[in-house]
Amino acid sequence: MITLKNVRKTYENGADALKGINLEVADGEFIFIVGPSGSGKSTLTKILTGEVCPTDGEVVVNGFDMNRIRRSKLHKLRRTLGIIFQDFRLIENKTVYQNVEFVMRVLGAKPRKIKERVRYVLELVGLDHKMRCMPEELSGGEQQRVAIARALANNPKLIIADEPTGNIDPELSRELMALLVEINKKGTTVLVVTHEEELVNEFTNRVVVINSGRIVRDGTGGYYGNV
Amino acid sequence: MSFLTAFTMICCLIIMGTCALLTLNVQQIINVLEDENQMVAFVDEALSDEEARAMEKELLAIDNVSEVRFVTREEAMVNFLDRYDDNSLFEDVDSSVFRNRYLIYVEDIVFMEQTQNDLAGVYGVAKINALLKVAKGFVTLRNILGVVALSVFVVLFLISVILMTSTMKAAAHIRATEISIMRMVGATKSFIRWPFVLEGMLIGLFASLCAFLLQWGGYNLLAENISGALSFITVIPFESIIIPVLVAFCAVGVLEGMFGSVGAVKDRPRK
Ligand SMILES: Nc1ncnc2c1ncn2[C@@H]1O[C@H](COP(=O)(O)OP(=O)(O)OP(=O)(O)O)[C@@H](O)[C@H]1O
Ligand SMILES: [Mg+2]
Repeated sequence: MITLKNVRKTYENGADALKGINLEVADGEFIFIVGPSGSGKSTLTKILTGEVCPTDGEVVVNGFDMNRIRRSKLHKLRRTLGIIFQDFRLIENKTVYQNVEFVMRVLGAKPRKIKERVRYVLELVGLDHKMRCMPEELSGGEQQRVAIARALANNPKLIIADEPTGNIDPELSRELMALLVEINKKGTTVLVVTHEEELVNEFTNRVVVINSGRIVRDGTGGYYGNV
Repeated sequence: MSFLTAFTMICCLIIMGTCALLTLNVQQIINVLEDENQMVAFVDEALSDEEARAMEKELLAIDNVSEVRFVTREEAMVNFLDRYDDNSLFEDVDSSVFRNRYLIYVEDIVFMEQTQNDLAGVYGVAKINALLKVAKGFVTLRNILGVVALSVFVVLFLISVILMTSTMKAAAHIRATEISIMRMVGATKSFIRWPFVLEGMLIGLFASLCAFLLQWGGYNLLAENISGALSFITVIPFESIIIPVLVAFCAVGVLEGMFGSVGAVKDRPRK
């Protein structure tokens, strides 16, 4: 599913964001990527989504070799991914329903299938009763749940979430994380980036700790491996 | 913003159209003048009238010759005398002073010199009068006019395209979230692009239709004034070229819209 071998990333301004990352994520896994600010977490996710090119090393995501893939073929990789951002990125003038429907329409799904699927994913995140609301009428946690529903809409193999709880309060964050774990149990691989120690400690999943562009710990047992 | 763009495009299109129509009309005037710029091939006196008449086929066979007209020496004398009010001066003139001659009309005055040489080679042709300088003058005028019209056209076309690009970039900026989401879920580049291209083409079409109608009105107004004041100039009636002009306007407008909007949604380069 995800294979990283000796991956390095040096930005044009000379910033060494990643200094040799080796990581293997199997199908169906749930993994936290944690680490202090500026350690290279976002850079890592951007390499996985094809937004950023690795400077060196091997990267394979869902069977796509990120060193070889052409820009014109990037959309094929993206169709296998569900991406969730810290700032939700909902379309403000569309309802909750339309926001989810939109991404299915973009990929040309049939109207009947769209109707079914949108209802299903909104139910899954517990927002089917707010389908007709506009994003601004929702709380931060609810907005992020819409974003998760949207990421699920096209039935991705892998969900990549960069600080999905960065803009919501701790109580809701835990619920949201539980939701992602739930989704993972249905078979989707999930990779969550966060720097919230306490949140990570509540789960027993695999944790990869990055510091200054290097993996310093990889295992279970919370942020420090002592939970 | 798109209204302003349409407005500017209309202005550019009208200037382009005026340029093109002006060129077309001057072209037509030149054509008329060109047609009158015939050559005269004098026939050797040694040839009998029958022999002289027999040359016609040979002359017609020469490249670039569109029409020949035989003028007998008698006709030539009558024409000559007609030019003078006081015929008494030439009372004694006999038609034998004049030579039989051919008026030669060419298809394209650009090759007049070559044609003149070809004609000179025909048996029985004694001398050829051709106003080569005048012909060259017309050719130069035609070329200059073509170059000027083309440059104006190119410059205005580029201005319209650049303007359309900035408009479409602004439109894409407003919908940046939508576009980034489409990218994120794996929409193809052309899928993201085509609504903007379509919008650009529609704005272009709208602008060209407006410009066309304004041009139509303006042209006829001007044509009336010109044929009133300068009666020797015949202006091409707009209605006789309405379809090609309409097609040209639409094509230019739509192409401007298309080229302008294609560059509006750029792939973000991978860092
Ligand atoms: N586009 C960029 N151009 C240049 N340098 C960059 C760019 N993006 C990130 N960096 C640098 O790369 C390093 C890693 O940044 P990154 O965003 O991956 O960190 P992060 O772990 O996600 O931090 P945070 O927790 O604050 O989001 C930083 O030193 C940053 O300054
Ligand atoms: Mg980050």
